[in-house]
Amino acid sequence: MKHLLGIEGMQPEEIVTVLDTADAMLEISQREIKRVPTLRGRTVINVFLEPSTRTRVSFEIAAKRLSADAVNVSAAGSSLAKAETLADMVQNLAAMNADVLIVRDRTAGVPRMLAERVHVPVINAGDGQHEHPTQALLDAFTVRQSLGSLEGRVVAIIGDIAHSRVARSDIYAFTKLGAEVRVAAPATMMPPGIELLGVKPCESMAEALAGADVIVMLRIQQERLDGPLFPGVREYARTFGLTQEKLTLASPDAIVLHPGPLNRGVEIATEVADAEPSRILDQVTNGVAVRMAVLYLVTGAE
Amino acid sequence: MSVPSSPSNSSTAPRSVSRVASAREAGRVILEAAGIRRATRRMAHEILERNPAPESIALVAIVRGGVPVADMLAQALSEIAGRDVPQGALDVTLYRDDVIGHGMRPIPHKTRMPFSVTGKRVVLVEDVVFTGRTVRAAMDAVIDFGRPEAIQVATLVDRGHRELPIRVDFVGKNIPTSRAEKVVLRQAPSGEYEVVVV
Repeated sequence: MKHLLGIEGMQPEEIVTVLDTADAMLEISQREIKRVPTLRGRTVINVFLEPSTRTRVSFEIAAKRLSADAVNVSAAGSSLAKAETLADMVQNLAAMNADVLIVRDRTAGVPRMLAERVHVPVINAGDGQHEHPTQALLDAFTVRQSLGSLEGRVVAIIGDIAHSRVARSDIYAFTKLGAEVRVAAPATMMPPGIELLGVKPCESMAEALAGADVIVMLRIQQERLDGPLFPGVREYARTFGLTQEKLTLASPDAIVLHPGPLNRGVEIATEVADAEPSRILDQVTNGVAVRMAVLYLVTGAE
Repeated sequence: MSVPSSPSNSSTAPRSVSRVASAREAGRVILEAAGIRRATRRMAHEILERNPAPESIALVAIVRGGVPVADMLAQALSEIAGRDVPQGALDVTLYRDDVIGHGMRPIPHKTRMPFSVTGKRVVLVEDVVFTGRTVRAAMDAVIDFGRPEAIQVATLVDRGHRELPIRVDFVGKNIPTSRAEKVVLRQAPSGEYEVVVV
């Protein structure tokens, strides 16, 4: 694996390789000394040009648990503030003999553009509304951990499908691993032609949830809360929020995922987020193991 | 992107990682099931002679070839000493010198260490010891889990050709081999284990 730019370009067996590797990585975080020497002497640079706590810290911890040196760059305080282009900045970072670049940017395609310009593995940590591949890998890992396999499972993805890079990457990952994927969203948040990705658009949340094994609730992005896409928070919570009552429509063993950060009482009710079917904190734990697996695989010699 | 190559395909890989052969290759049987049982039972006696306090002993199998050998040793120890010894399974992939230094990317297996190694006399268990590189990696890995009172090595087969100053403490059988040969512990169709030279 040279880069991780998106799930779209991955073969199913490559996804399985990452998940199998993450299975072994998970145990390292449970040790008293949470560190293996595998990436000793390697330098991992986290270039996060969009706000993030979970993903940035998760990558940093993953790098450190493999004994790599991790360096963080954010937009504020970087030379981007001096109008250096992103490509120039990243070429300079690569010239310091970085071994991996992890990139988050608000613009789709930036990680791919950078991967074409530097001779260093690039990992996409979320680019605009395009993809968030490590989130999809950790979601698939969490489903496999809870349900054994994705083959034939029914996955309902609910929320702002149109603007969500998590939804896009999840759709690619889940369908490649053999799941049946349904999506439900307010009409203004349902992209036209979504069925071309091999998913079933549903008219209502109830239709998507009927008998589902996995429910992925997407975060409603704060900046859209009062925008023109929906009439209001309470209306959204009523029609597309996951409540205890709506959960009963799904399979009795259904699990609930959410990429975080949570808008409690909007897309997910507190009693659902904190109850048994929720795997939200497992996703965070698993995210470190999955990112360790990705760092391990991209640093391999060709 | 490509799926990483398997460690057993590389001539530089430590030879005893992932060695429970599943493919039926033609091979010369050098230790059959009864011989393996006798050898592990004798090794169990030797382990107890060297470590008179059985409560201090812990068996740590090196994944994957060492796992069935450790199971047999554990059973023999339990019968002889009248008590069970704690058992762990260590995957050393992330400690291998060809992984750390040279970028090989075999898929690691799970490690299971359900007890503290601190103060224990840890017996590392292998099926075949060859270059010694896997044992070196395993010692580093064990020490990451704590400070054992001692580390010893038990192997069903020692085939020589060390590349590091590693010796084994308990040997089922010394087998002279050429470097080009492969020695594997595998399950015969009957379910019994056998050691073959391929």
